[in-house]
Amino acid sequence: MSNFVAILKKRNKRIIRMKKFMVPFICLFVIMANISSAEGASKQTEESEHATAHHDECSCHHEEKYDPGASAFHHIGDANAFHLFGDYYLPLPCLLYAPESGIKFIMSSAFHMHHHGSGSKAIDGYVMVHGSIMRVNQDGFPMEGEVEVSCYTEKEAADGKVTYQVVYDEKCYNLDKKTSYDGGIMGGGITSFYDFSMTKNVFTMILAFLILFFLFRKAAVSYITRKGQAPKGVQAVIEPLFEFIRNEVAIPFLGSKYEKYLPYLMSIFFFILGLNLVGQLPFFPGSGNVTGNLSVTLVLAVIAALITNFSGNKHYWQHVFNMPGVPLPIKFILTPVELLGLFIKPMTLMLRLFANITAGHIVIIIFVSLIFIFGQAGESLGGSILGGVMAVPLTLFMMAIELLVAFVQAFVFCILTASYIGAAIEEHHEHH
Amino acid sequence: MTGTLAAIGAGLAVIGAGIGIGNIGSKAMEAIARQPEVVGDIRSNMILMAALIEGAALIAIILSIFVK
Repeated sequence: MSNFVAILKKRNKRIIRMKKFMVPFICLFVIMANISSAEGASKQTEESEHATAHHDECSCHHEEKYDPGASAFHHIGDANAFHLFGDYYLPLPCLLYAPESGIKFIMSSAFHMHHHGSGSKAIDGYVMVHGSIMRVNQDGFPMEGEVEVSCYTEKEAADGKVTYQVVYDEKCYNLDKKTSYDGGIMGGGITSFYDFSMTKNVFTMILAFLILFFLFRKAAVSYITRKGQAPKGVQAVIEPLFEFIRNEVAIPFLGSKYEKYLPYLMSIFFFILGLNLVGQLPFFPGSGNVTGNLSVTLVLAVIAALITNFSGNKHYWQHVFNMPGVPLPIKFILTPVELLGLFIKPMTLMLRLFANITAGHIVIIIFVSLIFIFGQAGESLGGSILGGVMAVPLTLFMMAIELLVAFVQAFVFCILTASYIGAAIEEHHEHH
Repeated sequence: MTGTLAAIGAGLAVIGAGIGIGNIGSKAMEAIARQPEVVGDIRSNMILMAALIEGAALIAIILSIFVK
């Protein structure tokens, strides 16, 4: 007992010592966050080259305008290269396929990216615009080999849709949209090429997977090496989380059959939690907004829906198609509602995670943007300082909230999936 | 103009969700005050219900932003 108290005291001391380091660390963290975002944003305002889109002639000129909304959407989006700092990008492999020119495999560094992720080279008709690969879809552009391009510009159509254009040899060429994996269902439109690259999000996912693998391996090993002793280190972090999900989520919702679904629930919880936390880091290994990407949450929700419906027993389907104890006319109303519910449940899972994480990231970026809004994009020093003084505590506050949201959203996804599966495998009970 | 209307729609959705989640929170606090021994159950059910309401609000927000 006295031994235990001694350990506790030692641990308390260590926590106090850690607290001393925590305050400067957090301050440093916030300052670094601001600098790294500020760098990207100032690059955008100072060097952003927009061209005037005449019919034939195109020229690039500098435009001093800062758009916080566009900046935010650019930062939360996926990209074909990982922004490190300044003009330095981590090259990622690009696997591109166009029906007329076949498969193309290059590194994203081949595009010679400079300010704000736009490349100065076009390779086989592919160009890098704001960190995403696009393809020229207008005649006259050299579709073979490497050419030097001047800049990129946006053309707004009458209906408000923005098309990117590349300026080459003082002429504008329309660009296709960046590809989406949905075949154009969600408004992206069908493109003339397909992008199967390892993007920033894929990189972050692999990173999170490796971190989780090593953490869990370490915890698992320590169950053998420290058998019969109190948990320590990584094990002491993982075990309470694991027990919490098992005792508060799996057992109450799934009952006696919980062990069959426990691996899935744990994977989904720790995967989302890991990605949320990695995505909160504002600089290099983090900053990938993976759980705030609709495609990723779509896949997670589809997996949840498949597991729910495939493990559904007779009573589950009976409650969907032919509810017992309900008069026939009501069944005509209830069955379509229940059928819709089969699709709405995973859809809300998908949207909830996506919207929560995306909203958090956008709010943080907008708070950082206060520096540029008040500083009039670098023109007013006093305004920038005022903006900075406002932005630092607000960003710190939002980061703390986001830390909570990272845990709550992982937990909510897990508990809702468990409740859907629980409803599907529930044993029959009397209705009379 | 569509932008402003979409913003109003998102705001209305948030009002509804705010009232709903506020009710959940107040009732949960009352329940915890009455029966502090089941605080764990009440808390997880509270989060579950809040998440369900939030889902409806988020669908409204997403629709009001992306469907113009």
